[in-house]
Amino acid sequence: MAATTLGRRAGTRFPAWRADVLIVGAAALLLGYLTLVPLALLLLGSLSSGSSALDFQFTLANFQRVLTDRASLELLANSVMYGVGSALFAFAIGTGVAWAVERSDIPGRSVWYGLALVPLIVPGIVHTIAWLFLLSPNIGWINAPLKELFGVTLSVYSLPGMIWIEGLHTAPLAFVLMSAAFRTMDPSLEEAAATSRANPWQSFRRITLPLLLPTAASVLLILFVRAIEGFEVPAIIGLPGQIYVYTSRIYTSLNQYPPNFGLSASYAMVLFVISVAGLLLHNRMVRRTERYATVTGKAYRPRRVELGRFRIVAIAALGLYALVAIALPLLVLIYASLVRVYTVPSLETLGELTLKNYEFIATDELTRRALGNSLLLGAAAATVVVALTAIIAWVTIRTKAPGRGMLDFLAFVPITIPGIVLGISLIWVYFTVPIRIYGTLWILLVAYVTRYLPYGIRSASAGIVQIHRELEEAAAAAGARWWPTFTRILLPLLRPALVGAWIYIFIISLRELGSSVLLYSSESVVLAVRIFDLRDSGNYTTIAALSVLLIVLLVVLVAILQRLGGRTVREA
Amino acid sequence: MLQVEALRKTFATDRGGVRAVEDVSFTVEDGRFFTLLGPSGCGKTTTLRCVAGLERPESGTIRLDDAVLSGLGRFVPTHARDIGMVFQSYAIWPHLTVFENVAFPLRVTEHPPAKTETKRLVEEALALVGLEGLEERPAPQLSGGQQQRLALARALVRRPKILLLDEPLSNLDAKLRERMRIELRQLQRRLAITTIYVTHDQGEALFLSHRIAVMQAGRIVQEGAPRDLYRAPASGFVADFVGEATFLPGEVTTGGLRALGGVVTCALADGLAPGDKGLLVLRPENIVVRARPAGLPNEFAGVLRVAAFLGDRLDCVIEIGDLFIRARAHTTTQLRRDQEVWVEFPVEHCTAIADDGWRPRALARTFDDEDS
Repeated sequence: MAATTLGRRAGTRFPAWRADVLIVGAAALLLGYLTLVPLALLLLGSLSSGSSALDFQFTLANFQRVLTDRASLELLANSVMYGVGSALFAFAIGTGVAWAVERSDIPGRSVWYGLALVPLIVPGIVHTIAWLFLLSPNIGWINAPLKELFGVTLSVYSLPGMIWIEGLHTAPLAFVLMSAAFRTMDPSLEEAAATSRANPWQSFRRITLPLLLPTAASVLLILFVRAIEGFEVPAIIGLPGQIYVYTSRIYTSLNQYPPNFGLSASYAMVLFVISVAGLLLHNRMVRRTERYATVTGKAYRPRRVELGRFRIVAIAALGLYALVAIALPLLVLIYASLVRVYTVPSLETLGELTLKNYEFIATDELTRRALGNSLLLGAAAATVVVALTAIIAWVTIRTKAPGRGMLDFLAFVPITIPGIVLGISLIWVYFTVPIRIYGTLWILLVAYVTRYLPYGIRSASAGIVQIHRELEEAAAAAGARWWPTFTRILLPLLRPALVGAWIYIFIISLRELGSSVLLYSSESVVLAVRIFDLRDSGNYTTIAALSVLLIVLLVVLVAILQRLGGRTVREA
Repeated sequence: MLQVEALRKTFATDRGGVRAVEDVSFTVEDGRFFTLLGPSGCGKTTTLRCVAGLERPESGTIRLDDAVLSGLGRFVPTHARDIGMVFQSYAIWPHLTVFENVAFPLRVTEHPPAKTETKRLVEEALALVGLEGLEERPAPQLSGGQQQRLALARALVRRPKILLLDEPLSNLDAKLRERMRIELRQLQRRLAITTIYVTHDQGEALFLSHRIAVMQAGRIVQEGAPRDLYRAPASGFVADFVGEATFLPGEVTTGGLRALGGVVTCALADGLAPGDKGLLVLRPENIVVRARPAGLPNEFAGVLRVAAFLGDRLDCVIEIGDLFIRARAHTTTQLRRDQEVWVEFPVEHCTAIADDGWRPRALARTFDDEDS
């Protein structure tokens, strides 16, 4: 019966077991401290003219400057153009590939599907560096022949250059979301159009397109938010090219002398507000789409368009995409990691390949420390997040403790906080509260745990929801108390979801740059920051070697994750 | 013996409290098969879950023999109740083997039996349901019917005082359901285990039960043996829910009911007096259809609208005035669609009851019969 199987079971007058209330209270305090306190202090900071975080002097000057002065308006324009441009570019590529894979009869579908996902593994900073090698005005692989043949160069240090790199990097996300949309669309809707005597073009224009529009809009919003939140491209390409967007401006206003905390906090607030607005709008659209109920979550056998003689064109286009998005960046990184000085490859340079960059990494103390720190932080953040969110998810889904809905909300708040905004917020927090962890690994751990709470809660909730409530009730009916039920029934069933979440968080921790770059010290340096710093010292070939190692490490982790994923599917 | 008294339970919903179970009382004697029957949302599953301790009732008491399970300030948690339960989804633990699933209830008790004893009890339980030899099979590899047997074995392995079954057959296909209900009936009669069964399927309820309680909107509206429920339903709702029926509402007169433009001769239920609103419940198998009038009482002329061949009988719908009457006729009867027929409601099958306003879902005014 519906009324009893749904999670709504409030209203008993018996005094319930109150331990769940204690857990909710403790978790709410912790989550509030992790998510709301940083945002509150960030707001406070943006309203202060004090030169440090502790002397608060109220002012609106920061906001006035951020919202009215010419440079700031230019910043807004740049950010919007950058965000919209990369979103559109990524969407165009992702949707095109998704359509070919899901809705056309292109051969080798699963191969293309796998290839389209590969760029997801490559961290943003590595991807950006690779494109620097390819499109650098003087020595880029692509520019050198262009210059020789046509006398022109494509400058990567431009807004189009930034859009190109960011768009290529987020295209796989667009691909994943759009191919899901294509796959979950009921083909009988199109078949009904066909039987109503609509020709293929009419049925595409009047049925398929309108049905996909809400999804497309929500995907564009996600891509937009991702782009304006990103730090890698604006920092590595934008800063030398003097094209500023919010994330890079937050960084520079903190790294100038003296640092302008108030101003950077105001920029961060603006970025935060844009990001929240984008995600709220996205959620509304998704809800509306769900009301349409064309996306049912059910996978259909889709109608595939026969490409006919355009098949060759489609294969060539996808092949070109794979070459540009995967092969070129990887090749250039591997090549650069094996030479002493980066130049356009020739027979001469190929004859002088060396492993000295890898030797440098193996012996450089800072790099080794960064590797150790990254692994340690990743493991710690993953463990904390998974343990915390498993308990929170269980309480929110399985109990009727008051306030459990708020827990869920709090755990999701960080998804709206861009990494660099969280970074500056945490600076404010730990300059203010008397907990001396600034400059240590602990503050990075706090940042990572906060950032990845939403991933943990999503995965744990999904895991618990999939475990039929009756499996736990059957244990009670079989005479098992709470603890044996938890350890012998729930945890074993939840293990695949938890292990999957652990590895996923470990992986994205290894790539984190936005928060880390504001919070690290030479003691607490991490891999992504180390790459960022080596670039400052112009040590490009070492960066390439480090990037290659990072990719290898991530590929291994992803392979483990996929193997686990396969097992989860079989067990389910 | 299980006694439930004045049980109440409400659920909060978006629109405020909705009473799920209201003042439900019943007693299940030892060894009997007791069924809670009703449409979805009538409170039958909630009642069962209160007995299991999976829900906390707001008031009322539940007693098993002399012990109070719930009420009078006490609430025994599920794991401490001497019950076995089969869930609608079976709730087979997918990470355990068949053996481990059945052994679980033995292993989590305060004094688990020795290994050999556990093995013996598990094998015994599996043999009861015909799953011997599948001990080492991972549970998810079982078919739907086998999972259902496994769930039963797991519920029985501790030899509980009372067995609770929550729509256990509803996830099986029709053929398997038929077979399982025969096996379930035989097993319960053989073990003589006190059983509470929840279903919305009146056929299952009639087939399996010693006693049935029909529930409507959180209350038990009638309780009795299957035969009594079918023959003497207390209300239109019960008549409609248990078995098929045509309703003949009308004003009660002395010795009959004013309906169909005349008076239908019938007995009157207790408490029914001339002038009351009455209801005559006509079971299809009790109605006689003829091509010619026989000159018997309670005979009415009508038009045959549907005569569908169902193998062992003809299913008929006869239009009399603004009423459609469902009847059965022998397959050898020579009847044509749209011909005039005479239907007889034999007096011995006619008892008027008080009209509770309940009506079966009406047949559409216009319909085309498929070729019969």
